[in-house]
Amino acid sequence: MFKRLLIVAVASVLTGPVFAAGGNVELLKRDWSFSGPFGTFDKAALQRGFQTYREVCSSCHSLKRIAFRNFADLGYNENEIKALAAEYEVQDGPNDDGDMFMRAGIPADHIPSPYPNDNAARAGNNGALPPDLSLIAKARPNGPDYLYSLLVSYKEAPAGTTVPEGMYYNPAYPGHMIAMPQPLYGDDVTFADGADASIKAVSADLVQFLMWTAEPKLETRKRIGVAAVFFLSIFVIFAYLAKRRVWEDVH
Amino acid sequence: MSAEKFQNPVVRWIDHRLPIFSMLDHEKYDYPVPKNLNYMWNFGVLAGLSLAIMIVTGIVLAMSYTAHVDYAFDSVERIMRDVNHGWMIRYIHMNTASFFFIVVYIHIFRGLYYGSYKAPRELLWMLGVVIFLLMMATAFMGYVLPWGQMSFWGATVITNLFSAIPVVGDSIVTLLWGGFSVDNPTLNRFFSLHYLMPFVISGVVVLHIIALHRFGSNNPIGIDASGPQDTISFHPYYTIKDMVGIAVFLLLLAVAVFFFPNAMGHPDNYIPANPLQTPAHIVPEWYFLPFYAILRAVPDKLGGVLLMFGAIAVLFILPWLDRSPVRSARFRPVFRIFFWLFLIDAVALGYLGGKPAEGVYVTLSRIATGWYFAHFLLILPLLSHFETTKPLPKSISEPVLSASGRAA
Repeated sequence: MFKRLLIVAVASVLTGPVFAAGGNVELLKRDWSFSGPFGTFDKAALQRGFQTYREVCSSCHSLKRIAFRNFADLGYNENEIKALAAEYEVQDGPNDDGDMFMRAGIPADHIPSPYPNDNAARAGNNGALPPDLSLIAKARPNGPDYLYSLLVSYKEAPAGTTVPEGMYYNPAYPGHMIAMPQPLYGDDVTFADGADASIKAVSADLVQFLMWTAEPKLETRKRIGVAAVFFLSIFVIFAYLAKRRVWEDVH
Repeated sequence: MSAEKFQNPVVRWIDHRLPIFSMLDHEKYDYPVPKNLNYMWNFGVLAGLSLAIMIVTGIVLAMSYTAHVDYAFDSVERIMRDVNHGWMIRYIHMNTASFFFIVVYIHIFRGLYYGSYKAPRELLWMLGVVIFLLMMATAFMGYVLPWGQMSFWGATVITNLFSAIPVVGDSIVTLLWGGFSVDNPTLNRFFSLHYLMPFVISGVVVLHIIALHRFGSNNPIGIDASGPQDTISFHPYYTIKDMVGIAVFLLLLAVAVFFFPNAMGHPDNYIPANPLQTPAHIVPEWYFLPFYAILRAVPDKLGGVLLMFGAIAVLFILPWLDRSPVRSARFRPVFRIFFWLFLIDAVALGYLGGKPAEGVYVTLSRIATGWYFAHFLLILPLLSHFETTKPLPKSISEPVLSASGRAA
């Protein structure tokens, strides 16, 4: 037993430093509906998060790994998805004359990016590249808490700290100087369902949406996981009982 | 002679011409195994199972993966999003890689504790070290394939190590890269080799098992079986005991895959590789951290590389460093203390490998590295001479019988 515990201790110490690769950031912890073994997404929150992405973030940040067809996960039906896609202009081609042309989006299209390439994105943002947001919630340590903290932690730099031109002070960002201006102030978005549009509520919904874009199979994964763990727990019990039975006559 | 054993006429017909059934039968029923093996002896089978899971999931992943710097990251994300159950196959592959190392590390430390490397099992042990080396190469190249930030920078750092070799170092690095930096040719050859290596490992595993079956398993007492009263057949006794271990292994693996799939990875690897932007800390996968700590403990690059490979090379000659005739630590009171100290040292090295190479961490890394080598090169040879071991039991049955009074 002691050895078994030791093994667990060894494994956790070994993996410890992997988690600890953060930086001097002040994180606000939140209870997310999608954490824990039975965690799920809140579809209404995902829809609100998408609206915020569309009305605020999408002017600089792409979301290129998400196609309109994926929005079925958010609770939209086929017609709604077709209508949503059609609101976007997508470049297609070349046509029979060899020209590229613009057309209305279809569900199979990915969300168009705000800039044609990284250089254009840098040119439009003081030399800083706004990262694609598709995977951002998995690409940062403590992703959801970090993103939430980042969105709500903008404030005046403390006395004695000089913030360079084109930078902003944010204690949740590693190094505290971030090139992204404060994106949300509260009441930036008006939700059709009349939901709270305070900066905290909007940020939380947006983070949930970004967790979905990073890990769209999260709900399926956890659902299968619960079944797998249940099944394997029973397998462990029966394997152990069978072992006891077989070994009865060995001394 | 063997043909009479089988009832089924088809089996009998085949076995007469191609005795595979006799062979399996022989390994299953006639192979005598000491009857006192504890659950630490499950880990060989678990390592084999891990290898099988890796090969099966890997082959499926390769069907949807594109080994090109412009498409690799996207193809992995496509597996995660659009391939049916692709996310599950990839998470199983990712997490089984870590579990494979956990299992193999326990397997190695079990061998160290019970003296499984001693005569006549030296070659068995050395083949195991070969498998461990091949595993490390395979895991390293596999980690490069998703072409995230840690893939790219990890590959850059590790391949650069070879440039420390005098005279030919730079040429070796160019050869590994297939050019003058980590780039598309590197990714292509790593993919090719990553696909090849598991089958090389499988081959060495066969040799490992042949060597094992020559003298059979060591056991917690470390003395040879003196007769049939000390052994039982592999089937059904150890097949069922292994099944318990397999069930627990799969349960823990499922918990990792379905609830903490990225806990043993690094978030930076969800950022596409960018040769122009170095991550704040480049850390290898957790299972390399002890060796990474040894590498960085030495101020000289060549010295660090030599010591890192030396840390594994020393395992090859272990059977000749520890010359004590007593195998099991149960009868070696002083060795047992040093075993646990060595385990703590190895864990400490793993911890230090994940920390930035600065301040007190450097000093601690050096102490831990010194202890690692002192354990093998000083302590074990000295112990072989000076340690007073406890008296060994006469046979395996004797302590098993006396132990059955206690709750086993």
